[in-house]
Amino acid sequence: MPKKTPFHDCVACFNEPQIWKHWSGYLVAPNYQYSIAAEYYAIRNSVAVLDTSPLFKYEISGTDAEAFLQVALARDIRRCQPGQSQYTVWCNENGFVLQDGVIIRLADDRFLLTAAEPTLRYFRKLATERDFTKVQINDVSQAYGILAVQGPLSFDVLAPLAPHVSKLGFFDACESSIAEKPVVISRTGFTGDLGYEIWCRTDDAGTVWDAIMKTDADYGITPIGTTALKMARVEAGLLLMGVDFESAKFAWVDDQRATPIELGWGWMLRKLKTDDRPFVGRAAIENKIADKSGRFATVGLEINWKHYQQVHTEAGISTPLHELYFEQTFSLYKVSDTPYDYAGFASSLLFSSLLKKIIAIGRVPIECVKVGTELEIELSVIRKPVYVRAVVSKLPFFNPVRKTAMPEAT
Amino acid sequence: MKNQYDAIVIGGGHNGLVNACYLAKAGLKTLVLERRDLVGGAAITEELVPGFQFTTFSYAVSLLRPDIVQDLELTRHGLMILPMPNTFQPGFNGEYLFLGGNSDANYHEIARHNAADAEGYKELSHLIERVSFALQPWMDRVPPNPVSKHPSDIAEMEEFQQYMDALEPKVKSLLEKFINCSAAEILDEYLENDLVKAMIASSGIIGSRCSPRSKESGIVWLMHKLGQYDGVLGDWGFHKNGNGGLTQTLAKAFQSFGGEIRLNSAVRKVIYADGAVSGVELDDGVCFNADKVVSALDPRRTFQQLVDPADLPNDLAAAIEDYKFNGTAAKVNFALSGLPQFPGLEGRRDIFQGFVNIGPSIEYLETAFADCENGTYSRNPFIDCCVQSVIDPSMAPPGKHVMSCFVMYAPYHLRDSDWATERESFGDNTQATLEEFFPGFSDLVIHREVVTPQDIENVTGLSEGNIFAGELLSSQMFFNRPAPGWNQYRTPIEGYYQCGSGTHPGGCVTGGPGKLAAQQMLADTAMRPAN
Repeated sequence: MPKKTPFHDCVACFNEPQIWKHWSGYLVAPNYQYSIAAEYYAIRNSVAVLDTSPLFKYEISGTDAEAFLQVALARDIRRCQPGQSQYTVWCNENGFVLQDGVIIRLADDRFLLTAAEPTLRYFRKLATERDFTKVQINDVSQAYGILAVQGPLSFDVLAPLAPHVSKLGFFDACESSIAEKPVVISRTGFTGDLGYEIWCRTDDAGTVWDAIMKTDADYGITPIGTTALKMARVEAGLLLMGVDFESAKFAWVDDQRATPIELGWGWMLRKLKTDDRPFVGRAAIENKIADKSGRFATVGLEINWKHYQQVHTEAGISTPLHELYFEQTFSLYKVSDTPYDYAGFASSLLFSSLLKKIIAIGRVPIECVKVGTELEIELSVIRKPVYVRAVVSKLPFFNPVRKTAMPEAT
Repeated sequence: MKNQYDAIVIGGGHNGLVNACYLAKAGLKTLVLERRDLVGGAAITEELVPGFQFTTFSYAVSLLRPDIVQDLELTRHGLMILPMPNTFQPGFNGEYLFLGGNSDANYHEIARHNAADAEGYKELSHLIERVSFALQPWMDRVPPNPVSKHPSDIAEMEEFQQYMDALEPKVKSLLEKFINCSAAEILDEYLENDLVKAMIASSGIIGSRCSPRSKESGIVWLMHKLGQYDGVLGDWGFHKNGNGGLTQTLAKAFQSFGGEIRLNSAVRKVIYADGAVSGVELDDGVCFNADKVVSALDPRRTFQQLVDPADLPNDLAAAIEDYKFNGTAAKVNFALSGLPQFPGLEGRRDIFQGFVNIGPSIEYLETAFADCENGTYSRNPFIDCCVQSVIDPSMAPPGKHVMSCFVMYAPYHLRDSDWATERESFGDNTQATLEEFFPGFSDLVIHREVVTPQDIENVTGLSEGNIFAGELLSSQMFFNRPAPGWNQYRTPIEGYYQCGSGTHPGGCVTGGPGKLAAQQMLADTAMRPAN
């Protein structure tokens, strides 16, 4: 039997199409309305609530916690002060990405971490191997639910309930309360928009949910499923494990693995030259930088609108755009005299209704990384392959000011 | 000429039949000689009680080499391997572990007992799968000859070594542990919870005289992970109507290739002169002639019974004399009037959709083994149960069930008694154990069949009742199965071959020995100049 999240009973009545899927063994809705587009626009135009409780959650505490995380995580945890959070990544000894996740620092010696795959045993083993005796790593996955409240009006919804949020800058976090229940709120999310994530105790989920849903003003709070979230995150340039990359842990060969730099997370390692953080995979990553052995880069791709329309028109059909979102991969080729000159692949192909662009995450060879590089993407029109022009672009595709600005009550 | 064949296969077990199929398919006039009144060897299904199909001996399939299914077009002849998606491991005091085909669900089921173990299980499973994958090519080829000085043999040994050296360090390291360490030792590295460990450790003792903490259990465990179900490495399935259904399929395939099966035909000896084979003689004196004879029997019978060991080179004769069988397993099969009930999960049918593993802790298994080392059967035995009628309802009348129980330990040599004396008390003891985990079990029993190691030997011919035709020791595997230098299906007698589970890749219904021996025989034939 699949498990139910702490918010399950709250959200179940909203599930109009009555479709459930499984996320890490939990029941979740891919969409609550028949219109996924309507859910998507709640993220971009009003406020969306999403139950992300199936994430694995860990509490890392103790006087050795920071030192341990300096080893475990590839991004510098010292730059995450109490009251802040970080998007982070951890690697294996060969410098390949095991997972990405968000870590919240509540105090000098207390952290909360979310992860898509279990990592309790790995972290505990690492702590033991590296002789960190004063760090406790606990799986608190069952102890908390997480509710993401995302969208331009998310601040307006939360500010009256938890005044602390008015002080939260981008990626800040705090302990607060909602309806007298203790919560941890971080200004994070997977949408690339203004938004917050709220950790509450499992038993308090119903109370917290009710408080949020009953906010006085009608902000059009919309429960959204995982599909709308996944669409929004493409615009935000956020990669999804299992779609855009694989965890090195369960990969069979290095072709399935990737370094943080290959995945476009080199910015997390920016200070590598000047710091001496002894994190797992550091030596391998430094070697790869030194001998320039990066195999590919992760880029944005914009499919040429006119050409995309043309291939459909020529085939005699109207251009498919509405709720277009694919998680499979599409081959890329260089525009050259050599036929089928392979240039990596695109994943997470999305028609961004907001941007009116067909976009995708591209994994391309180093020589194709420059913004503006022309490529061809292999799509299919009436089940026949077609090669549509695409151009390398910057990530993210969508980056509103409100994502990082200090919000003001409307 | 009457009784003249191109090839004669001694023994109609699964390997004999696979071998015969390949020979017949290649155009050889092939005869299978079977001592009993049905083919199948240790892979048979018998209707002991009207309407109830008993898998007397072998009861599941995983290692059957996939290319055999393709080459012999077995699906045309009735091959149907049903999935066994679930595994149920009862524990003490109503505890249990119930794993199925979804890794996320399995995560949470194990996390009920220990969250770190849920992760460790996934990691270990992934690594085992990769080790299994790495060994697949070597399951499907004639192993290199480690003692030969012939350049091509030396080159093959080098190729093998290079292949192993090139494995990713993590994979190689686990493979080496499988070969050198106990199952318990490997499990301790990944897991903490005893119930979880015990469930996995049981794969390391199946049919072998070793416990989870014996050094030998690593390789036994690995062997049981080298199969697959529809490409999922390490998964098991259940042939429709039991493994007898599989051997009947092979028999049909053989006949479709023009092969001939002669039942009730026990071979007394292989006829050879001047180092070359010319045929066989049956117990009743009837002779059949062929210049290719292959024994699907175990190494002891192949080299000590069918031929005179005095005619063999000393190294081979000595190796066969030393070759270890040590049967330690028995079967107790039941016809039941209904499904057994597990307290707290009454009425659940899905817990029987696969193996049910009685062996709730490592200590339980160790204690069971201690009895065996003492020369008695285990007072609290390990039991690998399979209510096959849940998977294949046609094996029992509606609402009723057949249950195959593989029971350990049951040493072939009992210290103070013999199996004829102990048969029913052994059956009672097994039943009492089942009663402990499934209260009310005995009330369901319509019929009970006890198959002792002595019975396995008497009925199937497997020496000392060893279900693998010889123990799965590293000293008896791959290069060394059944003897160093005699691991390529040939024998010192020209035209006389071996194709039983006592040759690579070994037991567990792989069919590999039958196939690879046939390849060797056909290649040798092609090389020999025509008369």
